[in-house]
Amino acid sequence: MGTISLKNISKSFGSTQVLNNLNVDINDGEFLTLVGPSGCGKSTLLRIIAGLEQQTSGDVLIDNKNVNRVRASERDLAMVFQSYALYPHLTVRRNLETPLRLRDYNAFERLPLIGNFSPSKKEKTESINQLVNKTSETLKISELLDRKPGQLSGGQRQRVALGRAMVREPVAFLMDEPLSNLDAALRVHMRSELSELHNSLKTTFVYVTHDQAEALTMSSRMAVMIDGNLLQLDTPQEVYDNPSSLSVAQFVGSPKINIFKGTADSGGTVGFLNVNLKRKSSESNTDLHIGIRPEHLEITNESNENTFSGTVAYRENLGSDIFFHVNIEDGSNKIIVRGLPQFTHQISNGSKVNIKRVSDKALLFNEAGMRVQFTNA
Amino acid sequence: MEAKQYIGEGWKHAILIIGAIVVMLPFYMMVSMSLKSQQEIQSISGGLIGAQETQTFPVCVKTGYSEETCTMKPYQYNYWFAFEKAPIPRYLMNGVIVTLSIFIIQVLVALPCAYALAKLRFYGREFVFSMVLFCLLIPVHGIALPLYVMLAQAGLVDTYSALILPWTISVFGIFLMRQFFMTVPDELIDAARMDGMGEYAIVWKVMLPTAIPALLAFAIFSVVAHWNDYFWPRMVITGNRDLFTPPLGIREFRGGIDSDEFGPMMASIVTVTVPLIVAFIIAQKRFIEGITLTGMK
Repeated sequence: MGTISLKNISKSFGSTQVLNNLNVDINDGEFLTLVGPSGCGKSTLLRIIAGLEQQTSGDVLIDNKNVNRVRASERDLAMVFQSYALYPHLTVRRNLETPLRLRDYNAFERLPLIGNFSPSKKEKTESINQLVNKTSETLKISELLDRKPGQLSGGQRQRVALGRAMVREPVAFLMDEPLSNLDAALRVHMRSELSELHNSLKTTFVYVTHDQAEALTMSSRMAVMIDGNLLQLDTPQEVYDNPSSLSVAQFVGSPKINIFKGTADSGGTVGFLNVNLKRKSSESNTDLHIGIRPEHLEITNESNENTFSGTVAYRENLGSDIFFHVNIEDGSNKIIVRGLPQFTHQISNGSKVNIKRVSDKALLFNEAGMRVQFTNA
Repeated sequence: MEAKQYIGEGWKHAILIIGAIVVMLPFYMMVSMSLKSQQEIQSISGGLIGAQETQTFPVCVKTGYSEETCTMKPYQYNYWFAFEKAPIPRYLMNGVIVTLSIFIIQVLVALPCAYALAKLRFYGREFVFSMVLFCLLIPVHGIALPLYVMLAQAGLVDTYSALILPWTISVFGIFLMRQFFMTVPDELIDAARMDGMGEYAIVWKVMLPTAIPALLAFAIFSVVAHWNDYFWPRMVITGNRDLFTPPLGIREFRGGIDSDEFGPMMASIVTVTVPLIVAFIIAQKRFIEGITLTGMK
């Protein structure tokens, strides 16, 4: 079992409030990502779960047991750190053994030399060795066991750090931006490896990252945090398609969602630039933000009441897609439009283009940044 | 390289060489005088090692040895007589006992203190640390008398304890190790906590191994200072020659007017200095090797 419940967690350092009354229920075997811009309190939340930090108020429950007063080492959680935090003076084998030795040996058996006289130590050493070997085979680090962390590459250290967390078979893994020290290619590769590892271990993963791509690719659910508040907790697809607020919409998705300023008239008809949306807003007579993702805009030859025009300021070719950064005619907006290379390869910087939108994809937000629904009618 | 650069480099080296000579000269004199006869020393002749003529040494005869025993080459005489006149091995052993005890206890005290000051958050930490800094400003000689009185009251004058106890808490050590521990990433400590280590285990099993280079630097300061210390042992060791440390031992050779013999005196000084120099050379190698924190990032 590995359920974790956070109930009304608040944390402040002095007068600065970093976490604001958070409630999260993490299911057994789930891959939950805490994602948010740096400084949003996600690492603090993870440290509170781990027991390395004490919450100002609220309860942490692991497997329905309140662990507020339980020390980090007794919560049976394992943590992987951004800098890996391997013991620099110990070999990889000893690094992996350390958590097991501390858990399995008693105080007498840990003593140097005379500890060896304990009758039960041999058996325990045997089982520790087996666990270390098993883990190092899973992670393919068997040939590194006799090296020191200083002699390993970033990716290898990452694996060893994972291994040190795995050997103990904890109820949940906590990971604090474990991939951010790796180079781009390795990071993408490790994403899939982590997902596979999660599938085979079936243990709860709580994963902290500022990279929304990692959150979208790996998690079963993601929790978007901004400024110490939990804004949305849902599956990646749902968070992407149905963001609860403007901040979430802007944070999730790369390139960023395009935001247009518009209005809803008394009948709820939403208009921005020269365009009117077919669907009606549930809030009328108000200013609105209309969000449209780059892939929901198209470059077109048509020119009618549903299109608007602009000048290409910058063309970002990613091979599979080309993103056009377009300055809208009236100068109000700079937007990003996705184009497929086979249709748009001839468009260059400075070209004038017409843009139309894919219908039924716009998202409405009110002045306060909260989501506004369309009426069903 | 062009001629101009050669000249520039030449100047630098010339200055460095002069500096080196100034530093080395006393050592040269010490070694040279430990090898020469009394006449050669007083007439400043004979170069580095003197003529090494076999002769009979009058002070030796006066001390009560037979003329036959006292006839030998000057370098033999100087070292033989130094060991004969004073129990130098005993002094050296005292030096080792005192300096090692001081260093070990200093480490036992300083490491947990430094760890707490660098990595634990507790009320009043800044105040405690400012007190440590404040203590750095107190000169030893200023508190020597009260310390002596306290030791005397406790009946500890003329014991090893008197030599060791006052030095066991080194604020300099606490300060130095605290500054080093500040550079150790917090994540390493958090990782150790997650693995199940207690705070003391973290100090000895995680912080100590990473701090070896800093600890060696501190060891050199501590051992050199207490091995060479003359002031404090002179105060608290009043009569018992068995407790003399090497610097006190050397003083034995400062005899009466007729027996001021520089040869054996310098021989004893060489004997006392060599262990330190050897220890420093060994430590220096470890210094450079020192375990680095490269495994961290």
